[in-house]
Amino acid sequence: MLRYLLEKEFKQFFRNPFLPRLVVIFPLTALLIFPLAANFDIENINLSVVDQDKSPFSKSLVQKIQASGYFRISNVSSNFQQALASVESDESDIILEIPPNFEKNLVREMRASLMISANAVNGVKGGLGTAYLSGIISDFNTNIRMQLTQNYNRLKVPNLEILPLYKYNPQLLYEVFMVPALMVMVLAMVCGFLPALNIVNEKEQGTLEQMNVTPVSKFTLILSKLLPYWVFGYVVLTVCIGVALFVWGLLPLGNLAVIYLFVTLFVLGFSGFGLVVSNYAANTQQAMFMIFFFVLSFIFLSGLYTPVANMPDWAQLISNISPLKYIIEVLRMVYLKGSGVQDLLPQLVALVGFATFFNGWAVLSYRKRG
Amino acid sequence: MSVIVAKNLTKRFGQFVAVDNISFEIEKGEIFGFLGANGAGKTTAMRMLCGLSLPSAGKGTVAGFDIEKQSEEVKAHIGYMSQKFAMYEDLKVWENLRLYAGIYGVPHKEIMPKIDQLLENLGFTSKKNTMVSALPLGWKQKLSFSAAIFHQPEIVFLDEPTGGVDPSTRRRFWELIYQAAEQGITVFVTTHYMDEAEYCNRVSIMVDGKIEVKSFYQAESMDQVFQKLARKAKRNSD
Repeated sequence: MLRYLLEKEFKQFFRNPFLPRLVVIFPLTALLIFPLAANFDIENINLSVVDQDKSPFSKSLVQKIQASGYFRISNVSSNFQQALASVESDESDIILEIPPNFEKNLVREMRASLMISANAVNGVKGGLGTAYLSGIISDFNTNIRMQLTQNYNRLKVPNLEILPLYKYNPQLLYEVFMVPALMVMVLAMVCGFLPALNIVNEKEQGTLEQMNVTPVSKFTLILSKLLPYWVFGYVVLTVCIGVALFVWGLLPLGNLAVIYLFVTLFVLGFSGFGLVVSNYAANTQQAMFMIFFFVLSFIFLSGLYTPVANMPDWAQLISNISPLKYIIEVLRMVYLKGSGVQDLLPQLVALVGFATFFNGWAVLSYRKRG
Repeated sequence: MSVIVAKNLTKRFGQFVAVDNISFEIEKGEIFGFLGANGAGKTTAMRMLCGLSLPSAGKGTVAGFDIEKQSEEVKAHIGYMSQKFAMYEDLKVWENLRLYAGIYGVPHKEIMPKIDQLLENLGFTSKKNTMVSALPLGWKQKLSFSAAIFHQPEIVFLDEPTGGVDPSTRRRFWELIYQAAEQGITVFVTTHYMDEAEYCNRVSIMVDGKIEVKSFYQAESMDQVFQKLARKAKRNSD
């Protein structure tokens, strides 16, 4: 029986003008373009410089800032008011004010102040820009002190330097962090959305009722709906792994088999979730809205964009019900840290739990008669 | 021997009683017409007998199986053609037939020869590879009917099978029903076309969820009886 149903599903899938393309184009787009677009590294911060000192020191500081690559000098003003106007017109994001006698104070009194004012409408840009700028200035400060101490009193100033060691993603590349998570998003779409919409569509067409008057068991019917999408899920995953390798140069440090194992569990659970939705939705519109609501919630709670640890306690608690959270953790850990199954036991338990819960619910809530 | 027995069958949706305490028996090989205006409860009654809907009260057996407890066994012994065309539009004619044949457990080797035979009998061989979506309505109906009896069920349920087609197409459809009845398939058909009621061996007329005329053998003109009863109806479809 299953054989004839599968034959039908595959024929319908490949005859659909849209679905086969979706399964190929969607992962490609997601993995090629999203990591570039969804990038939190801030570059090209527009800086307005108010240099009232015009000394060699102030000039070398501005040069150093320019050389860092994060900033673009968008405006050079002679006073703060002018600089502020350029921020208001969105020409600049941050103002650096170098007061008169900056160099003199620095040399004579060993201290001088600078002012950084940031436009915080875009909080991330303002905050990170200020942080980058402070970093450059403190670096500049260290150099100056070294020079001055050498020249004047050759005092041994204890020098404390913090050298961060970034493990697992030494260059702090955002892509490296995003790509494994985007794979999960694509899988969720293909294995959760598509079978759910397929079933709801059959409901609307009346063909599901025709199936319900046949002796096909609900288990067989559901299996015939899910199996094809599991196959497509593996295709999609393999495409994703290929793109990650050839475009982003990312090869999992851990075992590929571990990835396939966990993805299987995730796909099982998430397609079960899709089924539950399809059992309760009377038409495509309802199904779309339900899926949209839940998937958006799952994604925001999953740590795909913002780390779960940054969330308030109550949100962290809720985030435990997002299946996406666990599989994203798994993929990031296997890709970046080379974790094996023994490191991923909590995630294993969670994903098995989700698969059992959603599929159990799906089978119980599917009714051949009302 | 009765192949369909309904005893005080009732279906309620909240306060609304769609089917109200109906009872009847249908013999093997009969063509049983189930008449009624739109909204009289014909489809709901049929859906209960097919195991698509759980009765609120009452009992029924179809092909000897209890419709409440053995609905899956019932399903293996019946064919069903719904009011709405429900074949896969994106599958070809033979693919639809093959799917339903396979589901009902027709042995794999017999399926394709039987499909060819069937299409030849229908004069439809040239359309074997046509997408179902491209067929005219009359042909779609014939095809659904053929799919519903492809596995030689004991009973076939037809829910307004000829809606929306011209009289001559309807007539040809009824020829197919007669052929099926000759093979011993019991036919349970709902309709609101009076001329079709006259093709049946026996009819019941349903008004507001109740059976008003039972086991009616062609005496008065069908049309007269129907008009008389339907005017009394309180439910209105429009």
